[in-house]
Amino acid sequence: MIEIINVNKVFYQGEHVIHALTDINLTIPQGCIYGVIGSSGAGKSTLIRCVNLLERPTSGKIIVDGIDLTQLSNQQLTLTRRKIGMIFQHFNLLSSRTVFDNIALPLELAGISKKAIKVKVDSLLDLVGLNDKSATYPANLSGGQKQRVAIARALSSDPKVLLCDEATSALDPATTQSILELLRKINQTLNLTILLITHEMAVVKGICSEVAIIGNGELVEQGRVGDIFAHPKTPLAHQFIRSTLDLTIPEDYRHRLLSARTEKSYPLVRLEFTGASVDAPLISQVAREFNIDISILSSNMDYVGGVKFGLMLAEFFGPERAAQQAIAFLKAHKVEIEVLGYVA
Amino acid sequence: MLLDSVFSWWAGNERMIGLLVEALGQTFTMVFASGFIGFIFGIPLGVILHLSKESGLLENRSVNKSVGIVVNIGRSVPFIILLVAIIPFTRFMVGSSIGTAAAIVPLTIAAIPFIARLVEGALLEVPSGLVEAAQAMGAKPRQIISKVLLPEALPGIINAVTITLVTLVGYSAMAGTVGGGGLGDVGIRYGYQRFDGTVMLITVVILVIFVQIIQSVGDHLVKRVDHR
Repeated sequence: MIEIINVNKVFYQGEHVIHALTDINLTIPQGCIYGVIGSSGAGKSTLIRCVNLLERPTSGKIIVDGIDLTQLSNQQLTLTRRKIGMIFQHFNLLSSRTVFDNIALPLELAGISKKAIKVKVDSLLDLVGLNDKSATYPANLSGGQKQRVAIARALSSDPKVLLCDEATSALDPATTQSILELLRKINQTLNLTILLITHEMAVVKGICSEVAIIGNGELVEQGRVGDIFAHPKTPLAHQFIRSTLDLTIPEDYRHRLLSARTEKSYPLVRLEFTGASVDAPLISQVAREFNIDISILSSNMDYVGGVKFGLMLAEFFGPERAAQQAIAFLKAHKVEIEVLGYVA
Repeated sequence: MLLDSVFSWWAGNERMIGLLVEALGQTFTMVFASGFIGFIFGIPLGVILHLSKESGLLENRSVNKSVGIVVNIGRSVPFIILLVAIIPFTRFMVGSSIGTAAAIVPLTIAAIPFIARLVEGALLEVPSGLVEAAQAMGAKPRQIISKVLLPEALPGIINAVTITLVTLVGYSAMAGTVGGGGLGDVGIRYGYQRFDGTVMLITVVILVIFVQIIQSVGDHLVKRVDHR
């Protein structure tokens, strides 16, 4: 369980005062996989680094398992950190140590006997599926393997909490999925609380049960993943979700785009489906009902927590009146629709 | 032709060979003794410089500044001046101001700040993320130094050892000024002052080989410990 209470973080850069975090309140229940998502510079990295006090909050409390970290002496903090695992975007493995010795490091720090270390590390190598890489140096591993070693290392001191700082951002999509799979597995088998920050929607969608959106150092929205993505309440959350889906008009279309309808030109529209949109096969209904042809230019639809949402660019071919009726029909069914222009 | 003259000279100069062997031994002693002692003091100084730096692990402005100034002073005094300037200190340390032992004192004094800066540079090469990861896993500062910083900087530190030893070979040539002996001294006395070009050439060749060996061994060791 992690409680972040009224946390503020201010950086001073000469004359400049930068409010990296403003009044952050977050409670992460035991055993939960919690995602914090935001674009770069939003303060998410600062936030996760505040949880184990790599970055000391300017004010506020960080309570992990009932202990307020901000009240601890340096020495107590060092010992308490041993119960908080952390993995990083760039893995941060020691190049001078083999896979085995990297995983053993936290145990060495705690003064565990060599024999006990061997037992523990072997079981962790099993868990992350790297038994055959025990004597390999990190330089000879792939990105995914390195992150597995980092996960094993973070787990070696039996932490209650795992912090993931952009843990999959340096990995390709397939490897990302395998790492997320591993995180889900350890979350279930060890009842480990996982706090992860990311800018990738796929990560949150993949394993988080709850999510918070951070923007400009403030938490703008938090809740269950499906709810947040389908029904963003604040403009910032809406904007963020849209930016992850964003569909831009192709260059050659942009050149051909007219601002008013002329003979032989057709509207180019952007459809936005949200959780509020009526869940029905609307596109084919519109085509049938108003006798227009719909050509989808590009589309980015997603399905999270029982809700479909996403953006679509499409051309409506047909008489002017039919197109207008179709647009009105879609609006009536709570699809946000915008005519971007007319394509000749 | 040059080689021929060297070989013919070699055959007829048994005594000279003895002198060169002795000089090589002195150079060897001076370089390695001062290098060794230099590292005993220089490595901790380099570590202090690195840790006390702004946003370092144990940030401490005044320590960093004062150590930095001392190190810079040490590095800015030309060695030949340092050699004579610290004669009282040398006499205090080894009881005499002349001889090989006496030359080791200034060589060491010159080596320490040199090594400190090189070690500081080697530590700077260690990605800050590693220190952060160690902090996150609950490493005490002492453990971060011994288990993360120094092992990760080892290739750089070995490189620093190599550079230092080679530099000391050069410095040791000036040790003749205080009767320290060594190959450089032989080269100056016989080659320059007695116009014996052959002796000078021989000492230079030996020094070149000596430096080559140090560099090769150093490079080999770096290769062995570098897993980056």
